[in-house]
Amino acid sequence: MRNEVGRGSEGYLAGMRAGLPFALVVGVVAISFGVLAHTLGWGVFAPIVFSAITFSVAAQFAVAAILGSGGGVFAAIAAAVLLNARFLPMGIAVAPFLEGGPLRRALEGQTILTTSWALASRGGGRFDRAFMIGATVPQYVAWTVGTAVGVLSHVVVGDVERLGLDVIFPAFFIALLMRELRSGGKRTIAATVIAAALSAVLVPIAPPGVPVLAACGAALLGLKERSS
Amino acid sequence: MSALWVAIVAVTVANVAIKAAGPILAGGRELPPRVNAVIALLTPALLTALVVTETFGEDGHLALDERALGVGVAAVALALRAPVLLAVVLAALVTALARLLG
Repeated sequence: MRNEVGRGSEGYLAGMRAGLPFALVVGVVAISFGVLAHTLGWGVFAPIVFSAITFSVAAQFAVAAILGSGGGVFAAIAAAVLLNARFLPMGIAVAPFLEGGPLRRALEGQTILTTSWALASRGGGRFDRAFMIGATVPQYVAWTVGTAVGVLSHVVVGDVERLGLDVIFPAFFIALLMRELRSGGKRTIAATVIAAALSAVLVPIAPPGVPVLAACGAALLGLKERSS
Repeated sequence: MSALWVAIVAVTVANVAIKAAGPILAGGRELPPRVNAVIALLTPALLTALVVTETFGEDGHLALDERALGVGVAAVALALRAPVLLAVVLAALVTALARLLG
């Protein structure tokens, strides 16, 4: 399984262009994260470093929500790790398309973001690694710079929810899912139904992050593949 | 070290490890066909779970709100072979309008 698309710099550049619209939304969310961090008394340095080295929207908001409401540091860490657990199955999914030895692949794996991972999927479980790496660049810059702008300006710009921008993520994911369903067979349909049921059942009873992770169990249907 | 810095360092280390694990374990080698079949199904399973949790998930329960309307319109548009960009823009527009009127 080798990826023939996106060799050379065109793949990275195409990925960067594709990541730009998401980067705009990420930038707006980042500013609100910076403002939130400021109101929590986190200072200027810590929130910017947090965004620069963690770069995880959901996990960072979870830490802010838990520490901000007087929760313990271990609760905050556990919530963030559960939310990021999705990067394990995403990393496994892209792994066959990354290049080089273990260290190089581990480094390339650091560019996995939910949006970049989804943008780089090419149907049938294939991925374009250069596209994924490229798509992460503008989003990383927007998240880090946006956090700094929020921390320093204390001004929220734009309301992501009022503009309906929060749904661009599930809308984009459903577009890719429908492509998977068109190109896949009965097993893809079955895995989708099971994953939908697992995640829907778990949302009310499991901590955030667990439903997405558990839904990956549906992929075990692949074990029915005949070895030929 | 303050609780905040403990959280920042711990979450970052965990994040790097989680993102590195898959590429190290599942990359750079020929895998049996059944394992490849499981890996290929991870993508639709993950996409499904992301759609469900981000469309219906709301603070630990399931909710049917403006997001479902927007994502539903996008799904219909996609089923009618609309381009992805149009479907995504429609989803945002419908959701924003429903929130404005709701």
